[in-house]
Amino acid sequence: MDYDVIIAGGGLNGSALALALASAGLEVAVVDPLPVEARVDPGFDGRSYALALASQRLLGALGLWEGLAAQAQPILEIKVSDGRAGEGPSPFVLEFDHAEIEEGPMGFLVEDRHLRRALLDALTGAGVTHVSGARIAGHMPGPAGVEVSLEGARALHARMLVGADGAASATAQRAGVKRTGWEYGQTALVAAVAHAYPHRGIAHQFFMPAGPLAILPLTGDRCSIVWTETDAEAARIQALDDAGYLAELRPRFGGFLGGIELAGARFTYPLGLSLAQSFVADRVALIGDAAHRVHPIAGQGLNAGLKDVAALAEVLTLAMRRGEDIGRADVLERYQAWRRFDVAALAAATDGFNRLFSNDLGGLRVTRDLGLAAVNALPGVRRGFIREAAGLTGDLPRLLQGEIL
Amino acid sequence: MQSTIDPAEVAKFEAMAAEWWDPDGKFKPLHMLNPCRLDYITAQIASEFDRDLTKRGAFEGLRILDIGCGGGLLSEPMARLGATVVGADAAAGNIPVAQVHAEQMGLKIDYRHTSAEALAADGEQFDAILNMEVVEHVADPLGFLTACQQLLKPGGIMTCSTLNRNPKSFLMAIIGAEHVMRWLPKGTHDWSKFITPDELFDLLRQAGLDPVDRKGFVFNPLGWSWSISDRDLSVNYVTASVKPGA
Repeated sequence: MDYDVIIAGGGLNGSALALALASAGLEVAVVDPLPVEARVDPGFDGRSYALALASQRLLGALGLWEGLAAQAQPILEIKVSDGRAGEGPSPFVLEFDHAEIEEGPMGFLVEDRHLRRALLDALTGAGVTHVSGARIAGHMPGPAGVEVSLEGARALHARMLVGADGAASATAQRAGVKRTGWEYGQTALVAAVAHAYPHRGIAHQFFMPAGPLAILPLTGDRCSIVWTETDAEAARIQALDDAGYLAELRPRFGGFLGGIELAGARFTYPLGLSLAQSFVADRVALIGDAAHRVHPIAGQGLNAGLKDVAALAEVLTLAMRRGEDIGRADVLERYQAWRRFDVAALAAATDGFNRLFSNDLGGLRVTRDLGLAAVNALPGVRRGFIREAAGLTGDLPRLLQGEIL
Repeated sequence: MQSTIDPAEVAKFEAMAAEWWDPDGKFKPLHMLNPCRLDYITAQIASEFDRDLTKRGAFEGLRILDIGCGGGLLSEPMARLGATVVGADAAAGNIPVAQVHAEQMGLKIDYRHTSAEALAADGEQFDAILNMEVVEHVADPLGFLTACQQLLKPGGIMTCSTLNRNPKSFLMAIIGAEHVMRWLPKGTHDWSKFITPDELFDLLRQAGLDPVDRKGFVFNPLGWSWSISDRDLSVNYVTASVKPGA
């Protein structure tokens, strides 16, 4: 057996899992179809992540946070409001202030380039075998392990294979795992903007008829926007030049941060919900988007993936220290049992939230405005939302509590 | 090891091994309990011999006897942790089944159709003995535990688990496990042979061992899983005892 675990996919979740397992003493190989140069792009491309507090603790436990802290913007407050382009937010605003929970900021904004780099650098020093620029041609489960064949006839052997290869996971397809889900007919426009006034660490979520506009504070006088429109409208806006794009954004964004300019490339992501019907198969476990791609309405995609990482790393590490066969069905089932309910709940919640807010029916708008005001008036409920957004609810794996395995 | 198996019989033994090792099969209750048993066993052995379980090969250099090894549910994990393992079972049929599975897993384990008494008569010596869910099935518990004591090196450790004898254990282990849940074949256990923790400690002392720990294995019907308890030894429980004189 060459390895304990082979991870298909060298993205953020795959790298974080490799690091967590290697630091617990497991032999790990990451097989990434992208060459390292493609993963390490020195320029800022506008993409960033809202890391929940629990995710930040995981990065801390893996020894990465120290290097990232200087480039991370803490989220000190979240303001949620209902709005219409040109009208600005409704008077009913839901405010979440980190001062209401004792754990600290609700989360952090970290740019993709910094997080990616930190993970890749750490992998090099962690003794992980990094097979980059290599594609997996197939995998074959056996009684004691799995054979993973790479294109070009080379084969690697491990006790188990992890599919961290995205929503179109080839690992899941080969293992016969079916998916369920749907598209929303909406696309997220993602970009970074520079603004005149300081944001003071406040994140905003405006619920617009076409979909939410999230304004998330980055370091310096910059924000990351996640702007949801119908597919057709998003395609039209994305096709505009920068001046035209900004002309569309300004009335939605409002003037509260002064003048705005683009501060990076523009991206679009079609929104959809896609759930694997099982998170495990014969000698296989799925993590991140390979297991579940949720509507990114609350910025929970990467955070949910890191929960998978923490849960799977803990299950496998404990099994290893007991002398168990870590690829056995009953071991993998412990991971699935830990994550599946949580993921289904998150998918249902974000899906429902989006359906509730993505329309402009008068009665519904009043109802949800009153709902926002009601939640805002109840400190206990509000604290519950804050702790949920910070990732501090549920049966937390140790890494998410900032503890090493 | 392979040479002792008739090749014509291998397929049959492989099928039996698959049954032993199916997490949802006939031995499901043992598989469910196994992580708890292993947590206890590994922690006790690691503590006795000052081993670090976070390191690979934590049990290298230790010679461990798994008495009543069955299909090898405890022998294999010990071998993976680096120990030299002898698996012994009084049921001859279990031995080739355990052997073919260990071979499939690429593990070297010395499985033997023998008894603790016979091993002791041969002068075998071990650093640790896993004596799990056996004592309630033997005719002469004191004789059996004395043989185990002889098999331990001075300073060696034995984990011994069994079932308590009280109305609750009758309800859970006999009525519940055998008749209601059908986890175990009817007649698997004879309740009158169950032993209370105090009685077991007395027997261990009479056998020349020094009992050092006792814990409960508790089934949680909500989480459908087992956990280790400091206080609740009312049904399944486990003990650790050390042979003095190291």
